Amino acid sequence: MSSAVAEPQLEAEFEAIVGHKDRIEPRDWMPEAYRKTLIRQVAQHAHSEIIGMQPEGNWIGRAPSLRRKAILLAKVQDEAGHGLYLYSAAETLGISRNELTELLISGKQKYSSIFNYPTLSYTDVGTIGWLVDGAAICNQVPLCRTSFGPYGRAMIRICKEESFHQRQGFELLMTMMRGTEEQRAMVQESVNRFWWPALMMFGPPDDSSPNTAQSMAWGIKTHTNDELRQKFVDMSVPQAEALGVTFPDPELRWNEERGHYDFGQPDWDEFWSVVKGDGPCNAQRLAHRKRAWDDGAWVREAALAFAEKETQAGKEAQAAEEAQR
Amino acid sequence: MNEEIRAEWPLYEVFIRGKRGLNHVHVGSVHAPDGRMALRHARDVYTRRNEGVSIWVVPSADIIASSPEEKDPLFAPSGDKAYRHPTFYEIPDNVPHM
Repeated sequence: MSSAVAEPQLEAEFEAIVGHKDRIEPRDWMPEAYRKTLIRQVAQHAHSEIIGMQPEGNWIGRAPSLRRKAILLAKVQDEAGHGLYLYSAAETLGISRNELTELLISGKQKYSSIFNYPTLSYTDVGTIGWLVDGAAICNQVPLCRTSFGPYGRAMIRICKEESFHQRQGFELLMTMMRGTEEQRAMVQESVNRFWWPALMMFGPPDDSSPNTAQSMAWGIKTHTNDELRQKFVDMSVPQAEALGVTFPDPELRWNEERGHYDFGQPDWDEFWSVVKGDGPCNAQRLAHRKRAWDDGAWVREAALAFAEKETQAGKEAQAAEEAQR
Repeated sequence: MNEEIRAEWPLYEVFIRGKRGLNHVHVGSVHAPDGRMALRHARDVYTRRNEGVSIWVVPSADIIASSPEEKDPLFAPSGDKAYRHPTFYEIPDNVPHM
């Protein structure tokens, strides 16, 4: 087929599809900036799932019971699966898996800053499930209707599984709240540590989020960072009350007039410093991912060599059979 | 890292039959050294919660797809053939079961 169609016409068709909230599919023409923005966002999302295995994976060998261990294993396996769904979507935009992995390891592409915070006790498994996965759900549900087909389909798959993550976390914390005074204090301490980083997961405030307007015009994002953050706070406060914990924010209170909770701002200087690589665990997370990638090189190579040998043997057997006829 | 090690496992498209009686539906892709391993990976990635009773994997490079540019020559001709649809025909209300 010739590709003689003029660019302005292609762009008009693209804008019309996006304008009708219809989906763009991989082989459709798309502006280079749209492709780049999507690769950046989907890759960052995929990397977050993959790096997100580490803080909790850290506790699999020290689970307090077989039940908790089975749950945590399933959860961490899901994070791997979510990363793979998203890498699969990113690859339809014309970037390879190896390139993506190398961009992560070299620090050229980012992942969510939340995973640069440490997990200090098993309680954090519960808090991460409740607050971190809860924030992720707020972010991800609207993305099921994002304008790029493969990304939206990956998000639908992920959202179906994410609810288990949040519920197991909340249940873990509820169990601890029914325990001793010391256990209740552990829950409160863990929630205090994760509350602000969880609010940061929605990204910088709208007035310092330069990409939001264009992403919304393209239908990649459907809500602003601040809208989603508000939604998360409104959802979480009654959950905290049910659990019997508080959030470490003196400004948090119901605003009758707005019909929403007012809340304080996270420390944005801390956010930017973690994004730039200076969080408590940035170096450790990347070093671990790099080690797994380097240590796995011989496996990838050996599997490929074995597959080639099998294919070759199959061809020779077929040739011998044909020669006999 | 040496260039040979960087060689990437080929990409396979994954299709899952959700349950008996349904078609296989495309769900995504996996990388694998060969078809047999692609099946294993597809099972791990796409069927952790009883999502399927059967899996197909197909090397992505072997898929022959229509191009978006062919949309009009391929699909436009059926647009003006309204007579292919039952609603094209007016049947009086008093005619039952039709």
